[in-house]
Amino acid sequence: MDLSYSDEQVMLRDSAERFVAANCGADNLRKMRASEEGFSRAYWKQMAELGWLALPFTEDQGGLGGTAVDTNVLMEAFGRGLLLEPYLTTVVMGGGALKAAGGRDDLIGKIIEGDLLLAVAYAEPQARFDLFDVATTARKDGSGWVIDGHKAVVLHGDSADKIIVSARTSGDRRGKDGISLFIIDRGAAGLERRAYPTVDGSRAAELFFNSVKVGADALQGGEGQGLAILEKVSDDAITALCAEAVGAMKVLLDTTVEYTKTREQFGQPIAKFQVLRHRMADMMMEYEQAKSMALVAALKVDSADPVERRKAVSGAKVQIGKSGRFVGQQAVQLHGGMGMTDELSVGHYFKRLTMIDILFGNVDHHLKQFSAAA
Amino acid sequence: MDLSFTPEEIAFQNEVRAWMAANFPADLRAKVETGEKLYKADLLRWQKILAAKGWIAPAWPVEHGGPGWTPTQRYIYANEMALAGAPDLPAFGLKMVGPVIYTYGNEEQKRRFLPRILGGEDWWCQGYSEPGSGSDLASLKTKAVSDGDDYIVNGSKIWTTGAHDSDWIFCLVRTDDTGKKQDGISFLLIDMKTPGIEVSPIIVINGDHTVNQVFFTDVRAPKKNLIGKENEGWTYAKFLLVNERNGIAQVGHKKHTLRRIRKLASATDMHGGRLADEPGYRQRLAETEVALMALEYSELRFLSGQKTDHAPGTEANMMKVAATQLQQSMSELFIEIAGYYSFPYDGFRDKKGSNEPPVGPAEAGGAMFDFLYGRAATIYGGSNEIQRDVIAKVLLSI
Ligand SMILES: Cc1cc2nc3c(=O)[nH]c(=O)nc-3n(C[C@H](O)[C@H](O)[C@H](O)COP(=O)(O)OP(=O)(O)OC[C@H]3O[C@@H](n4cnc5c(N)ncnc54)[C@H](O)[C@@H]3O)c2cc1C
Ligand SMILES: Cc1cc2nc3c(=O)[nH]c(=O)nc-3n(C[C@H](O)[C@H](O)[C@H](O)COP(=O)(O)OP(=O)(O)OC[C@H]3O[C@@H](n4cnc5c(N)ncnc54)[C@H](O)[C@@H]3O)c2cc1C
Repeated sequence: MDLSYSDEQVMLRDSAERFVAANCGADNLRKMRASEEGFSRAYWKQMAELGWLALPFTEDQGGLGGTAVDTNVLMEAFGRGLLLEPYLTTVVMGGGALKAAGGRDDLIGKIIEGDLLLAVAYAEPQARFDLFDVATTARKDGSGWVIDGHKAVVLHGDSADKIIVSARTSGDRRGKDGISLFIIDRGAAGLERRAYPTVDGSRAAELFFNSVKVGADALQGGEGQGLAILEKVSDDAITALCAEAVGAMKVLLDTTVEYTKTREQFGQPIAKFQVLRHRMADMMMEYEQAKSMALVAALKVDSADPVERRKAVSGAKVQIGKSGRFVGQQAVQLHGGMGMTDELSVGHYFKRLTMIDILFGNVDHHLKQFSAAA
Repeated sequence: MDLSFTPEEIAFQNEVRAWMAANFPADLRAKVETGEKLYKADLLRWQKILAAKGWIAPAWPVEHGGPGWTPTQRYIYANEMALAGAPDLPAFGLKMVGPVIYTYGNEEQKRRFLPRILGGEDWWCQGYSEPGSGSDLASLKTKAVSDGDDYIVNGSKIWTTGAHDSDWIFCLVRTDDTGKKQDGISFLLIDMKTPGIEVSPIIVINGDHTVNQVFFTDVRAPKKNLIGKENEGWTYAKFLLVNERNGIAQVGHKKHTLRRIRKLASATDMHGGRLADEPGYRQRLAETEVALMALEYSELRFLSGQKTDHAPGTEANMMKVAATQLQQSMSELFIEIAGYYSFPYDGFRDKKGSNEPPVGPAEAGGAMFDFLYGRAATIYGGSNEIQRDVIAKVLLSI
């Protein structure tokens, strides 16, 4: 067994860490959240030049053939830096969906060049975390389709050039069969968008499909084949988010240790108080367990054994949810009033961790998935 | 021993209920039910209605404008108000400095300040914490130096809630730094319009502006606004802190919030069913309700004069810890209901004349906003670590 990074992975980590240290962090977030799209197109181009947008795609597709562990190396650094660019939505989710569906290597090429942004519209207001709960419909119309429905909280749904949307081509709202994926241009007639900022300083949109007409080629991966692709996309995204959360927790732990060593009350550094020392020891232990589980997810998300994959991915999401909550909340607590400010970075990491806990299903949801798989 | 209310108490409860139904403005109620932010103008309107009725300061002595209720009546009143969705008015005047003034102030101070606190003409803020003095409050350094009939005040206060909306600030200032740190502190009232005071906003984690840093540069504060004796301010400060913690259980508000949570969790169509039927959620909801009962009956026990067996005098500290933990776990239950719809940043939920609906279900509005701000509850008013220290000190007699 060897759980150490390869030389390439070490290089990837170092370059990603240099990039976020130079460009990202809370100051950048405060600046960007006031901007039109909430992230920097210039950074996105640089990320393309660094080859990061090519990482998970096959060499045939013009990619680097990276593994889930490679993606996690990047995501952990992004988590440390509160990186805002739409890597998760465009590369991991959108690119992942195209890769799984097959047939659109032209679009993957554009992702790699940094010329195409994607968003995946899977959630619906009534669906909570169930990917198969799809009320949006796609009805046959000549050789093409007509799509109607409302997709909720589509991450980066405002800036994406194309949207990949799940819609029902047959069956009941909660039926596991009959879900298909379509790719749609942002400017399609009948596609309405209500964009808004999110709590963590990013962007999302409600998307309303009002009889949006698409051609036969919009269908991705075959009629009724959408759910399996969505489940893969969701698992890859969870795996990536777990690594991002680990990066965020590491920063919170380091920042808190540093702060309590310098902040003095009662004539001594507050790090001298045993209750705070134990709290930080607990934070560290939570961080380490989270890191282990994020690694398990990355190593097993592509496993052919569905039970093994489910337990690794859902198990990691449970651990990350619990650890992230503890580390985030205690980091704020140990900073006292300072932890509550928009000025310090602590609150931004805490908010991001809170959102990661909810994204693609919270602790309860994944405990259920885990026990159902066991 | 009797848990039930007397017929007179029940009549009183009905009276409060009926009056609320008739007099609590519907637009304020709607704002509370959807988690919208209430501004000073909203609160002031409500304060004037309560003041006109004579119900604005339940705990104040009759001679200063209180209604003369028994502790049980006060309890019933607070409960009914909260259950009807009435917002809390800022405590700084009505629950903090008001009682300090009628307990330790002179006649002139009582005449001058108390009626204006009741009527809302003066809004107050609390100038205790400083950048270098949070948990270790007694180490405060803002200096007041005697100069004829005045003090000249220099220094800075931080985390001052509502300073930007306030007419007056009650400050702990250092008037002597030769002895023990608690011994050289004075309790001084300062008009916020005095030259040399600068209020600088601090934006908090949910994007709101509630707290400030307040800078004092050669601020001239008349000595007639000193409470009690010079260098004895620590006594008054601690009296106020105990009052602050007493109100902190907020049982009525918690019941109101829990009712909202239960209603939403029972109604929302999630997972093809109700969230309240999900085993994990259901169990946490029940646990929360049990914790709220324990809090409520502890408050009633302490109100009725029972003391703790082990650490008498620490009842308020215990209530602070238990109540804030409960508040935080309730707000977690709330964002769980909202699910993905806790992501949209809804700013101050101040529609400012726009009739665009909030993103997501309106009833779950403000869930994330309150969850984030609620993290402060275990920090302010003496952090929970400090409360436990206080309890342990008494428990172990050290
Ligand atoms: C079942 C069992 C098997 C054992 N087997 C062995 C053995 O094989 N060989 C051997 O040598 N010993 C053995 N021990 C002894 C064991 O190592 C000691 O009990 C242990 O080190 C604690 O010491 P103590 O019992 O004197 O408790 P104390 O040291 O008096 O501790 C009492 C309590 O105070 C806490 N405490 C102490 N210091 C601090 C501090 N600085 N900060 C915070 N909390 C503190 C402790 O955590 C504990 O809760 C065994 C004990 C048990 C219970
Ligand atoms: C939203 C908000 C509103 C506020 N409003 C007001 C206001 O209106 N007026 C006002 O005067 N103040 C106000 N405060 C200030 C509040 O009272 C202080 O934040 C609080 O006393 C903690 O002080 P600090 O922030 O300096 O943290 P610190 O004292 O630096 O504490 C940092 C951490 O160390 C811990 N710690 C400190 N000492 C010990 C110890 N001996 N043992 C164990 N742990 C310890 C604390 O519990 C905390 O977790 C407000 C604060 C907030 C966040």
